[in-house]
Amino acid sequence: MMNITCPFCGARNESEFIFGGPVGADRPDPNAVTDAEWVEYLTIVPNPLGPVQEKWWHARGCGTWFTIWRDTRTHDIVEAPE
Amino acid sequence: MQNYSIFSLARNALSGHRNWHRAWRSPPLKDRYDVIVIGAGGHGLATAYYLAKEFGITNVAVLERGWLGGGNIARNTITIRSNYMRDESIPFYVKSVAMYEGLTKELNFNMMHSKRTMVDVVQTYPKMRELRRRQLTMDIYGSTYEQISTQELRRRIPALTGGGPDARLPVIGGMVHTDAGVNRHDAVAWGYARGADALGVEIHQQTAVQSLIRGANGQIEGVETNRGTVRAPKVVVAVSGHTTTITETAGLKLPLRTMNLTAFVSEPVKPLVDVIVNCPDSGFYFSQSDKGEMVIGGAPDMGQSFRRDIKQHVFEDTVTAMLSLFPSFKKLKLMRQWGGHLDIAHDASPIMSKTDVDGLFITAGWWGGYKAIPAGGLTLAHLVAKGQPHPLMSDFTLDRFKHLDFVMESGTTTAR
Repeated sequence: MMNITCPFCGARNESEFIFGGPVGADRPDPNAVTDAEWVEYLTIVPNPLGPVQEKWWHARGCGTWFTIWRDTRTHDIVEAPE
Repeated sequence: MQNYSIFSLARNALSGHRNWHRAWRSPPLKDRYDVIVIGAGGHGLATAYYLAKEFGITNVAVLERGWLGGGNIARNTITIRSNYMRDESIPFYVKSVAMYEGLTKELNFNMMHSKRTMVDVVQTYPKMRELRRRQLTMDIYGSTYEQISTQELRRRIPALTGGGPDARLPVIGGMVHTDAGVNRHDAVAWGYARGADALGVEIHQQTAVQSLIRGANGQIEGVETNRGTVRAPKVVVAVSGHTTTITETAGLKLPLRTMNLTAFVSEPVKPLVDVIVNCPDSGFYFSQSDKGEMVIGGAPDMGQSFRRDIKQHVFEDTVTAMLSLFPSFKKLKLMRQWGGHLDIAHDASPIMSKTDVDGLFITAGWWGGYKAIPAGGLTLAHLVAKGQPHPLMSDFTLDRFKHLDFVMESGTTTAR
């Protein structure tokens, strides 16, 4: 079980949270990119073997959305890489 | 290949079992092949087997990081079924189930196939409507699905004593899928490996692919392994959860996330449940193995994961759901637990496709890919050999992402 630190409530049990997906690329201007780039923005998510930045929702707590860095090999919550 | 039969069994028993041949060779690794298949799991071995058998391409190497059949083919819940939702999916899985039923004979290896029916325990009306809709689609493609009453459901599964009229989610009926069954996962891996080896395919265990090699024109040229460089004009990636890890070494991005799906088994008990029980509204499914263990599966973990373990709260949620419908299972002791990492595309349908890297093929996005091994191997071998998708899988290529033409599939185990 992971112990996730909510910026508002502090460290809480994982079961209070809902996963919101990895943090992907920023939304590009649809008129300024090619179709291929737009499709890539829509379909490709980061899937690293190692640290990934992801969104979590403290749904059964204060309701805050926030991001953490988590290692997908160990589930350890890690520092943001440089 | 040494034929397995009752006579060979008797002959070898009389000679003290000292004269069995090895089921497959361990040849030296060459530096060049026609096709390299990365991953000696179900899909990799089946692809190699059908490449050799159906398309005559025998100069094939299957490279495996660990040991043969030690990945997700050993980490699933061996359910074989074809009750899917989409017109694209159902014929593919109908074919796969039919191929599984003939696999013992095809590979001369006892798959211990047990066509024992799957029963869905339905507890909400939206789910019942969805399954009846699936029934109508499945009728078109020759798969079987039939609604039964609560009374009949409880007759077929006497251990189902929970979910009465006062429960939070009372049981309102069931669906019966008579084509479903289970078999022995090791036999599938070993049978395909032995069959492929007999046709000339080389299987190299303990050979970890570290990166893909691209040529001057961007085409695939081979792979870099811990045992040196191996070259081939065609490379098939059949590595389940690590697909993106491998393809990123060639600069190829894929629309896949890797997730962890868990299962666990109880102590063996006397025969109690003779069908595969699926409870989509409660979020678990199980079957009783030939040894008597209850093989139980639930929902995937939240978030991406390569860890292949089980999370305590996922485990607790699954057990809680199971006990609400099967209170007598409270006495069962749980013996083992495990997880497998799968990659999934967001429409939950598989990807069997050529890629932007010429000569590189992938089979990925399998969520419940065990049931798809025979048809997946056959159709991927077709694509690799002929360069054109097999009609059964032409909707499952990467092109569907380019055109945002998804095959949203709700029939996968956990995409409830």
